[in-house]
Amino acid sequence: MDTFFSGTRLSDMIRAIRASKTAAEERAVVRKECAAIRASINENEQDYRHRDLAKLMFIHMLGYPTHFGQMECLKLIASTGFPEKRIGYLGLMLLLDERQEVLMLVTNSLKQDLNHTNQYIVGLALCALGNICSAEMARDLAPEVERLLQFRDPNIRKKAALCAIRIIRKVPDLSENFTNPAASLLKEKHHGVLITGVHLCTEICIVSPEALEYFRKKCTEGLVKTLRGIANSPYSPEYDVAGITDPFLHIRLLKLLRILGQGDAEASDRMNDILAQVASKTESNKNAGNAILYECVQTIMSIEENGGLRVLAINILGKFLSNRDNNIRYVALNMLMRALTVDSKAVQRHRATILECVKDSDASIQKRALELIYLLVNENNVKPLAKELIEYLEVSEQDFKGDLTAKICSIVEKFAPEKIWYIDQMLKVLSEAGNYVKEDVWHALIVVITNAPDLHGYTVRALYRALHTSCEQETLVRVAIWCIGEYADLLVNNNGMLELEEPITVTESDAVDVVETAIKHHTSDVTTKAMALIALLKISSRFPSCSERVKSIIGQNKGSFVLELQQRSMEFSSVIQKHQNIRSSLVERMPVLDEATFSGRRAGSLPTAVSTSGKSSLSIPNGVVKAAAPLVDLLDLSSDDAPAPTSSSANFLQDLLGVDLTQPSPHPVSGTMQPSKAGADILLDLLSVGSPAPSSINGDLLSVHAKNAPVATNDTILSSPTAPSSMMDLLDGFEDKVPIYPSIVAFESSTLKIEFNFTKQPENPQATDIVASFTNLTPNVFTDFLFQAAVPKFLQLHLDPSSSNSLTANGNIKQTMRVTNSQHGKKPMVMRMRVGYKIDGKDMLEEGQINNFPREL
Amino acid sequence: MGIRFILMVNKQGQTRLAQYYEWLTLEERRALEGEIVRKCLARNDQQQCSFVEHRNYKIVYRRYASLFFMVGVDDDENELAILEFIHLLVETMDKHFGNVCELDIMFHLEKAHFMLEEMVMNGCIVETSKANILSPIQLMDKAH
Repeated sequence: MDTFFSGTRLSDMIRAIRASKTAAEERAVVRKECAAIRASINENEQDYRHRDLAKLMFIHMLGYPTHFGQMECLKLIASTGFPEKRIGYLGLMLLLDERQEVLMLVTNSLKQDLNHTNQYIVGLALCALGNICSAEMARDLAPEVERLLQFRDPNIRKKAALCAIRIIRKVPDLSENFTNPAASLLKEKHHGVLITGVHLCTEICIVSPEALEYFRKKCTEGLVKTLRGIANSPYSPEYDVAGITDPFLHIRLLKLLRILGQGDAEASDRMNDILAQVASKTESNKNAGNAILYECVQTIMSIEENGGLRVLAINILGKFLSNRDNNIRYVALNMLMRALTVDSKAVQRHRATILECVKDSDASIQKRALELIYLLVNENNVKPLAKELIEYLEVSEQDFKGDLTAKICSIVEKFAPEKIWYIDQMLKVLSEAGNYVKEDVWHALIVVITNAPDLHGYTVRALYRALHTSCEQETLVRVAIWCIGEYADLLVNNNGMLELEEPITVTESDAVDVVETAIKHHTSDVTTKAMALIALLKISSRFPSCSERVKSIIGQNKGSFVLELQQRSMEFSSVIQKHQNIRSSLVERMPVLDEATFSGRRAGSLPTAVSTSGKSSLSIPNGVVKAAAPLVDLLDLSSDDAPAPTSSSANFLQDLLGVDLTQPSPHPVSGTMQPSKAGADILLDLLSVGSPAPSSINGDLLSVHAKNAPVATNDTILSSPTAPSSMMDLLDGFEDKVPIYPSIVAFESSTLKIEFNFTKQPENPQATDIVASFTNLTPNVFTDFLFQAAVPKFLQLHLDPSSSNSLTANGNIKQTMRVTNSQHGKKPMVMRMRVGYKIDGKDMLEEGQINNFPREL
Repeated sequence: MGIRFILMVNKQGQTRLAQYYEWLTLEERRALEGEIVRKCLARNDQQQCSFVEHRNYKIVYRRYASLFFMVGVDDDENELAILEFIHLLVETMDKHFGNVCELDIMFHLEKAHFMLEEMVMNGCIVETSKANILSPIQLMDKAH
């Protein structure tokens, strides 16, 4: 039965495959054929070999695996008949590639065939070699190919030339051997050889600069003459395409001239005439003519400056651009992008046409035109261009919207002349295509909004209006909620109205309505809901009359399955319910976010920048408290404005975290100013902090205290990153004061000595500035040095970062702190302190109580 | 460099001829062919241009009766020239087979490959004269 099948001719198999109505049927037919072929291969049948291979090639084209046929190719190549060799080589090229090891076996056959007497067989071998040779084969067979470059038959010469191209690409070192023969090829008359010769020279020039110089000097004249000959040649039926003789050769020659003329004024000079002739004389009503013109324009743009030619080229491009044929327009847009670097004013003239192309129905043209417009934007034309693009955004198709939005946003951001225009445009974009806007874009928008205080009222009112019309654009909802939360009072009281605004009346409950809708909307995701919760908190603080309603809305989320929402709703409910006194300061107006730092961070793409500025995602709690660690994240920005002190009491914070604290009553205090209940249990908390892997909750608690920045406590209460207490640094230059109080040795052990030096400001008798000096008494180096202190309730302590984290042997570092004694004169200062550091990676801990403060402090 | 691949695909999406000048595995080829064909078939020839951008190269295509000729080229290649080349290919096949149609290509696949090989080698256009291209093939037919 098998032999019956292997007797089928190729056409029968094809008919059988075509007759299959389903894919399964086709697979069955192919499988049967493959099995027959395999059987035939096993039996080593000579006669049907080439038929089998032809069938294999068809099957391979359909996409089925055919690797079992590879050895057949080799056997066919080795046979003597021309048809067998032909099919063998064809199979070789289709079924194998240069990475297969089987290819090495062919090298010998190829060598023999390259030296064959029959020139067609030589041609076959060259073809195969040219298509798939690997680097080793190239090295082996290069001398043969070189010899064949001078063969008497032009067909062989042209194939050898292309083979040489592949060899050079695989083994660039061999290019020197081919330089001379290539130069002689350029003088040929036969078009085929000429084309391949030109191509070979182009390749050599790309690979080796010395050859480039050589060709430039020797061959430019010759090439120009050839091109002139072709351009002026009479009608020749063999190579004629639409009235032009061999446009392919034209184009190749132009390409080579381009490479030779680039960067070299002398060579460019010689080409000017012929380029001008080609550019002006070629007919442009047929595609072939246009192809030549296109290549010509490219060449003119790349070679050295020549005013007249450039004008000619730009004119041609202008004509292309207004051509009705889409192909031509596409090609013109492509070319204009490259022309931009050369002569941008000329391209600006065509701006209107290009803008039309952005609205074209063809996707390829749209993309090209959009890129070109993006490159054309400058300060003068940004306003009308942005207007057009945004108008088009409304009607564009979905797949194009993403690209278009990204480009509009970056144009608007880079070239915005005034903030109010920027905000307007961004609002429009958000209303139209908010879902396509990326994260950092709307973060940047918020930064800009905070930086324009006179526009706050306008912005929030515009956002409020926009929210009513397009509430399904997620990004718009987020920005709007943030602004409404921040500037709710401006919204309701219509503050800061600009002349062009229409007055709208928004009541407090309207504002709450809007935010409530955002929370309840089914398309809002976690980020939006989280932002909405905090916006509600802000509103409840600004409009105390709505507190009850806000509380009930927030309360609905207490049972949410998402941890972030649940956490926020619990905390905020508790704030509203029990801690009205701190609520207002908690949600005070955000300080201005510094744009420069923001854009710098964004460029450096720190992940923290995005999360904290957005205030919406979870920032990672950092459990370790380091009094000396600098503030790494975005919250540093508030160093621009002195933040108002919060009056977050330790009670309140403990309450928040009340569920998690294990200690019954301690109130961790270190660092910041507020009065805290200093019990004897202070150290219990310090204990948790000092351990190398503190439980994150306690660590957070302390970090919150240590940090003290109200900015952070606003939105990331539990999950606040560490900060030094330097935020509240009002102390400058106190080191200059003359110490009028005796310094004390606060603590001394075998390894460490701590001294306190005191100064007082004359106008504030209650406050004392202390400079603590730590001396390392051992010959070892201390690393990760950390000093912590706790004071009783009637004292306020403020700790600055120390001068360094590590103490060299017998070295010394300083740290300043300020203590305010509300019972000044009645009670002396006492302090509990604890020092942690590492010696050779081993943790050390020292603690003690300082009682020997001078009484007058 | 130059031409990356040449495909002839019919309107139902079946590949009739595939010649690749760079190595792609079978799965990659099928995926590539599927994607490109879908893109080209969806376009309207009267209103849209013949160039499609796909990944990092351009596809130049033209439709002749029921067959799509698609050539994938590098970004720096002259697209209009490739259009001319496609037309030249069709004319050459027409001259050999006489009023060539899709079935001719299917049943004489190896001849179509031979012709293409004479015209394009390693991604570069070699020969553009129909006489020169067809002479070895005619010789072979005579020998058979």
